[in-house]
Amino acid sequence: MLSFYLEAPAVAAPGLDGWANTKPVLAEEIAYRRTPLPDYVPKILPPTAQRRGSISTLLAIQAAQESLGSTETAPTELASIFASSIGDPEIVDRLCCALADPQPMVSPTQFHNSVHNAPAGYWSIAIDSLESTSSLAASDASFAAGLLSAAVQCQAESRSLLLVAYDLPFDAPLDATRPLSAPFATSMVVTPSASRQTQLHCTLEINTISAPASRMADAELEQLRIGNPAARALPLLRQLASPTDEETLTFDYLPDCQLQLKCKPC
Amino acid sequence: MDPLQITAYTTVSAAGDGREALQSALLEGKGGLQPNDFGHAPLDTWIGRVADLENRPLDEDDRQFECRNNRLALMALQQDGFLTAVESLKSRVDPTRIGLFLGTSTSGILSTEQAYLELRKSGRWPAGYHFKGSHDLFSATQFVRMKLGLEGPAFSISTACSSSAKVFCDAHRFISTGLCDAAIVGGVDTLCLTTLFGFNSLELVSGQPCRPFDQNRDGISIGEAAGFMVLEKNSTTHSGVALLGYGESSDAYHISTPRPDGAGARLAMEQALNRAELTVDEIDYINLHGTATPSNDRAEANSINRLFPSSTPCSSTKGWTGHTLGAAGITESIIACLAIEAGFIPGTLNTQSPDPTLGLNIQRSTKTEPVTRVLSNSFGFGGSNCSLLFGRTSC
Repeated sequence: MLSFYLEAPAVAAPGLDGWANTKPVLAEEIAYRRTPLPDYVPKILPPTAQRRGSISTLLAIQAAQESLGSTETAPTELASIFASSIGDPEIVDRLCCALADPQPMVSPTQFHNSVHNAPAGYWSIAIDSLESTSSLAASDASFAAGLLSAAVQCQAESRSLLLVAYDLPFDAPLDATRPLSAPFATSMVVTPSASRQTQLHCTLEINTISAPASRMADAELEQLRIGNPAARALPLLRQLASPTDEETLTFDYLPDCQLQLKCKPC
Repeated sequence: MDPLQITAYTTVSAAGDGREALQSALLEGKGGLQPNDFGHAPLDTWIGRVADLENRPLDEDDRQFECRNNRLALMALQQDGFLTAVESLKSRVDPTRIGLFLGTSTSGILSTEQAYLELRKSGRWPAGYHFKGSHDLFSATQFVRMKLGLEGPAFSISTACSSSAKVFCDAHRFISTGLCDAAIVGGVDTLCLTTLFGFNSLELVSGQPCRPFDQNRDGISIGEAAGFMVLEKNSTTHSGVALLGYGESSDAYHISTPRPDGAGARLAMEQALNRAELTVDEIDYINLHGTATPSNDRAEANSINRLFPSSTPCSSTKGWTGHTLGAAGITESIIACLAIEAGFIPGTLNTQSPDPTLGLNIQRSTKTEPVTRVLSNSFGFGGSNCSLLFGRTSC
């Protein structure tokens, strides 16, 4: 069983623009209203990266930047894990279009931004940190895998990590074969011991499948949750927004196992 | 850290199918690079292409995973008695406690490239195209998990050219926290137009077979490979080689250019040495990332020169396999294990005159001699660095 603490939640999604706006929605104090995603240009990125960063990098870093603003852990002490199923849908489309030409020519900037760890790379540049970053994928369970990997690293190396999950929908033609409902990014800080910012103490287990995944009560939020791998974090974000006494959340992971996360407010 | 014993491994690359073929190629100086003949408009470069993958379709039952990347993954699983070794592992270790961590950079993106090409030609999106089983970064991991009958935690790591090195770090953490008792790590990346034309757009592709650390080096040769390894906490059946240390760091410099002073790479190497509780003098050989681009080899030399004595033997084996990108970490980890088990230091194929300004003790030819400990470097775009330390342990 893994044990860790969570703090500094952040969100960037349609109608969930930053934690301050998201918290009352997830606490069911105000209704969820889906609004268009703002054009995020995170100030933490150097100007060239603000101009050249892909849409996935800008969205992921927007969430990461918000987390950094509400933790006391120094940025250079944080390892990081970026979890995403697709990476950057726009670059995949542009590269594959260009490569279908009789004499293919691709943009060097698009190619280097196409690596799955581009947001992690831009993040390390933004915070000028040599600390380890990793980038993983597990299809619809990418957030679950990211949370598991972060909890494992937190415990194994007794260190704090930034966990970022993000995904954006494809346009045609790939949207038909891998449909996502909306863009979504979230971020949080995972720590091995409690701090002044700690919001939840969590224990995490991998179990055989015994219960359906935790859902959102609001139909639109539930649609968002199932429609984007990063939005699978929503039940945990709800817990961070409005902690109940003790709650066990279930996350779908693999065909034969799921994650059970016991959360207790601090 | 507690070492992880290596109890089985398997490899396929242009340098050979299976570990015996790879070892012979290394000992005999026979590389696997060939003039590029891949795709509808082949660039003037050399590639490390695995022969006949086009004619090795997956079984009908596995059609949902059909793509070049999974074909190569399966081909590697079928070498070196690996499937039998995994069955034996499952008799010793509960399959729910065997992790699976695989690295890939581009997964089955070739299938999407071909679908776009088909759309362009015929105006129709190909009916058989399926994203989740091919292009999806999790595809090979799901396919291998199903093929091996594993039931433990799994994910894909995709950090460009360090991907299948970083999987060793995850495996160690999952085992040290008690979540797993064993792990299968590895990686697979296959030729595609994205990487051929992408690296070419950055002027990083050589028109000749790559010449790592040569004074006239001018870029990479792209290759494809798959490899897998079993890591165990406790085993009486091990090869005598173990993972002794790992290190991970970032460059915080540029997405596609390595940090010139090598500070990030050096930090990864220092962490690996510290975790293994070894000093630089105890390392017999460094398997370099050694891509043969002017900037990678210089930055890597800078990082090693500030840490290791100038006498430490170093080589890059990419002249045999090409740069296999997301599969480079596992391929070169397997070369490190072969070097220790069979007692040889690989040379640096194709390199004629090592760049004297880089200052490393570059081994040009493979030579047989006892090797006890090997450091293997893997660095990727995004400034992602990983160093792994392998060594002989007493049985």
